[in-house]
Amino acid sequence: MLQLNGKDVKWKKDTGTIQDLLASYQLENKIVIVERNKEIIGKERYHEVELCDRDVIEIVHFVGGG
Amino acid sequence: MTGRYSRQELFAPIGPSGQKKLKEARAVIIGAGALGTASAEMLVRAGVGSVKIADRDYVEWSNLQRQQLYTEDDVKKEMPKAAAAERRLRSINSDVDVTGLVMDVTAENIFELIRDASIIVDAADNFETRLIVNDAAVKEGIPFLYGACVGSYGLTFTVVPGSTPCLHCLLDALPIGGATCDTAGIISPAVLQVAVFQVTDALKLLTGEECEPVLRSFDLWKNERSEVRAASLKHDACPSCGTKDFPFLSYENQTKAAVLCGRNTVQIRSSITKEADLEALAGQLRQAGLEVAANPYLISCRSDDMKMVLFRDGRALIHGTNDIARAKSIYHKWIG
Repeated sequence: MLQLNGKDVKWKKDTGTIQDLLASYQLENKIVIVERNKEIIGKERYHEVELCDRDVIEIVHFVGGG
Repeated sequence: MTGRYSRQELFAPIGPSGQKKLKEARAVIIGAGALGTASAEMLVRAGVGSVKIADRDYVEWSNLQRQQLYTEDDVKKEMPKAAAAERRLRSINSDVDVTGLVMDVTAENIFELIRDASIIVDAADNFETRLIVNDAAVKEGIPFLYGACVGSYGLTFTVVPGSTPCLHCLLDALPIGGATCDTAGIISPAVLQVAVFQVTDALKLLTGEECEPVLRSFDLWKNERSEVRAASLKHDACPSCGTKDFPFLSYENQTKAAVLCGRNTVQIRSSITKEADLEALAGQLRQAGLEVAANPYLISCRSDDMKMVLFRDGRALIHGTNDIARAKSIYHKWIG
């Protein structure tokens, strides 16, 4: 279980990186800012940072509309 | 208390002294679409002394669902948004010095537009304009309130030059080909939620309070929200607020637009050198209900009397107009 943007989300895989999480929301090629347990994760680390049960994740993606 | 601003003055953090500060303040709003009309109405009702609002487009039927200053009459008369907004805003509050500017905001004219501004409210519909305004705001030391939305999603961040990260720190690079309100749609609550965050920060800054460097985002439909403390994203090497090279003010980084003589066509050459993902774009445009044709070299699509052809190198031809501002507007609506 993860807390993602304020909601509990089931993350079925036993393992998975931030990159996997972004891919599951079709955000892997988008400009995003990811925070894990109050720490902003640099995009060069998305491939290596593994998610843990009860992680609190915030994902902000940028859009251009107005 | 029965005065015009009495309820705002009763609100202790503003009070009569804050109201006086608002009267002396000058706000510039970049764009008079959904976000711009929402924040303009709030700032004008709040009694901000001077409000300038700039936009290059005119009012269309598809605007009325969310662009709150416009009427059916404005559509029928094809009123420029800046002119229609100015008229409506003046009728809401004659105390305020309201100026609507029918213009395409560029690196060439941005400094004249923001001269003496106390704050700049972002209500643009594309990243390129935002990064031009961000560079100019950082250079002049004027707070810049980024806000954007699409679908039921939106986000805001308030840039205070010298203190917070700037928009370039957050974005790192100029995004291309994202969803836009013209391809993925937009609901008005998402617009208003963004404007609410922006105007709250505007009122705080204009009355002398500080804003926290928080990047806020939400999806109203999914009931999701997030707040990221963004102070650590300020980069000393940021070309905009760090080394002060202000890349988006330079000629090389401008989208180049030129009228093709005698063809009723405008060519737009994006500043982004990356190749466009034509297949993904074609999918997005089809989803938006446009008629799209494609071959290995280009895609073309049509809407009303306009036709756009987009090449893999990112170049676009907008057929059906000789007006550069109109062509840029269509380009940003469809491509982002």
